[in-house]
Amino acid sequence: MFDAPGPRLRRRVFWVSVVSALVLTGLVALGLRQFAAGGQLDPVRWRPYLTWPVWRYLLGGLWSTVVAAFATGVLAMAGGLLLALRPNRFTRAYAGVMRTVPVLLLVYVMLFVLPSFGVNLPLFWKLVVPLALSHAASYAVIFRAGVDAVEPGQREAGLSLGMPDGAVTRFVVLPQAVRHMTPLLVTQAVSLLKDTSLGYVVSYTELLFNGRVLANYNGLLIQTFIVVAFVYLVVNLALSRLAHRLEARRARIAR
Amino acid sequence: MSLVLEGFLNTVALTLLSFAGALVVGLAVAVLRIVPVPLLRGVGAVYVEVWRNIPLLAWLVLFVFGLPEVGVRMPLFWTAFTAIALYEAAFVAEALRSGVNAVASGQGEAARALGLSFRQSLRHVILPQAGRRVVQPLANIAIALTMATALAGVVGVVDMTRAAQRINLELAQPLLVFTGAGLCYLVMAAGIGFAARVLERRPA
Repeated sequence: MFDAPGPRLRRRVFWVSVVSALVLTGLVALGLRQFAAGGQLDPVRWRPYLTWPVWRYLLGGLWSTVVAAFATGVLAMAGGLLLALRPNRFTRAYAGVMRTVPVLLLVYVMLFVLPSFGVNLPLFWKLVVPLALSHAASYAVIFRAGVDAVEPGQREAGLSLGMPDGAVTRFVVLPQAVRHMTPLLVTQAVSLLKDTSLGYVVSYTELLFNGRVLANYNGLLIQTFIVVAFVYLVVNLALSRLAHRLEARRARIAR
Repeated sequence: MSLVLEGFLNTVALTLLSFAGALVVGLAVAVLRIVPVPLLRGVGAVYVEVWRNIPLLAWLVLFVFGLPEVGVRMPLFWTAFTAIALYEAAFVAEALRSGVNAVASGQGEAARALGLSFRQSLRHVILPQAGRRVVQPLANIAIALTMATALAGVVGVVDMTRAAQRINLELAQPLLVFTGAGLCYLVMAAGIGFAARVLERRPA
């Protein structure tokens, strides 16, 4: 976007850096003062988050989050594969609807509608089933795009070598498609993990719901949810780093 | 019946306003991420990573229940608006940035070779070309945002989803109520898709 900076630009960059550093410091100070005025920075209010029982409870929630996300991921990927392999009017309509209707609406259907028809699933499934139904559509789109990104010449080459159609799909197209998809799949995993926070609505004891229980118990609302948000941030950043690394590796291989 | 209208209008208003807010903030963050000042690039990157790696529901809870405790009081609707707009801004910024990156680097080099400044090349060469490329990604974000506004219902805003749930408690006609609510979202998404197609076809 810009050339290597010359002396004039370097001077400008220096002064802009100084000014923005001052502005940033000012903003942070303002925020901290606001927090301090409400007594939110009081060490007493943060000390519980240095103790093991609190963390054991939160990490227990994180574990449930991961379990729910994993179950959702497996189901949604299976569904997405089915949808992507058979593109017809029904699957397209399904993907269209699922990519516009909020998951929360599906969760409410699970919570308030199905029980009156005698379908009352355990809490875990009340969270996982709507999420899986919704994310299956996203996975279908990713799978389709991955397969489409493989050059048609690859399939043609396979066929001209006399390979049967199924074998071409399995040994030529899919391995390359998977490589195209990996970064998107990890991004999708982050989105999935974030969506499990709907356990807050379902009362499934995942991370955010446990945060709510904890905040109700000790009354440290801000501290609890900041810590919970931080845990989400760390876990998802780790996942994103993985995505970047995979992308970098893919770029190397492609070259 | 008034509950239906209130829910629908709240969802529409929340979607339009938050998207406008997300565009403004997202544009600012995207610019931060491409300027030649390393500190500002860092600020932009941190903004994007922090906002998009924490679930929107966590942000909403933090904003709606947390802000009053530090002395920031806003009407519920505007608190939800702020959280949603700032959250989606991270996605908007990423879409804009990849739109800019998608413009071949030769274009930027040619602009600089002609003696255009950073601002001039951005305004006259890069952005017009990036503009059309980002319409579709932005439309996807707008649709995702429509869905995301449903979460505002969890923290108390009477939006479409929340209204549907409350009406269902009274009418006990779940199929009708929830299908109707779903249709409202479909209509909104169709509207966004239509607007995107019109924008995309318009010459830059």
